[in-house]
Amino acid sequence: MPVGLVVVSHSRALADAAVELARGVLPGRDLAVEVAAGDVDGGPGTDATAIAAAVTAADGGDGVVVLMDLGSAVLAAETALELVGADVRERVVLSPAPLVEGLVGAAVVAAAGAARAQVAAEALRGLAAKQQHLSGGPAADGG
Amino acid sequence: MSAVDAAAVAAWVREFTRLVHEQRDELTRLDAAIGDADHGTNLDRGTAAAVAALGARPADDAAAVLTTVAMTLIKTVGGASGPLYGTFFLRAAGALDGDDGRAVAAAVRAGYDGVVARGRAERGDKTMLDALGPACDALDGAVAAGRSLEEALGAAAEAAAAGRDATAPLVARKGRASYLGERSAGHVDPGAASAALLVQAAATALAGRG
Repeated sequence: MPVGLVVVSHSRALADAAVELARGVLPGRDLAVEVAAGDVDGGPGTDATAIAAAVTAADGGDGVVVLMDLGSAVLAAETALELVGADVRERVVLSPAPLVEGLVGAAVVAAAGAARAQVAAEALRGLAAKQQHLSGGPAADGG
Repeated sequence: MSAVDAAAVAAWVREFTRLVHEQRDELTRLDAAIGDADHGTNLDRGTAAAVAALGARPADDAAAVLTTVAMTLIKTVGGASGPLYGTFFLRAAGALDGDDGRAVAAAVRAGYDGVVARGRAERGDKTMLDALGPACDALDGAVAAGRSLEEALGAAAEAAAAGRDATAPLVARKGRASYLGERSAGHVDPGAASAALLVQAAATALAGRG
């Protein structure tokens, strides 16, 4: 089983669009992504019980990498780990990567069958590549 | 003296719910000053849902009551308050061992420690910890000194209210209010205000027990 991915966002529309973007870079490939976004009424917010359910659903035995947006999404994701089984919990990585960059990078390597640690590392590289690009080179000084 | 049993804990939650509902607009007003103006509404919704859940699934032990409240708040409050208050009740449930003042103090302390860990915050950050922390200290101190739970919770409620008021001049270092930097000073923290209500509710609902 490929490593599962979970997208946690305050906004369902944002999460769905991020997943669509990730699927777009993997034409024809199956991608296991669960979304936990919005509060219990569908408004902006996060729900740790929904995140726990998404993590459990995304775990096919090789673990899960969770990408999240800002603020309370992080607190909710951590709280969700208290609500899943201990066996699942030890296979979950909460990624500090930025949501979009992290998800696209993670999706590519997860679809290729990489292990959880590699998927998590690739998610983080999304930010590093962007920082490197913008911190030097001809474009940085307008040239 | 009757024990702090499931009925007593449920009464605490109902009193907290009543106070939150009564203070809903004030909590939201405080949140509008330094946050996103939803604290009163969110907590009102969540605590009402917790009372409904307790009505639908009455529990006969106090820890189960706390767990039901935790899960309901986590699911329904939204924002940072859901995970934070949820963690408080979840950890309190896990630590509750007994039905006297000492057990209550230990459970509240475990809940407080859970909020510290979840939020990576400390006292002085202008958060709910600024009310809960002094309340824990007062509660622990009074229980250790052999005072009744009623007296101990009275002292805790006073400490929580003082802690809440003391957040006004602080600069927020956690959560959305921290985006404001120095401009967050001059306003009482809404999380500290609701946490003070939680302690005040315990003092009222658990009086005569433990």
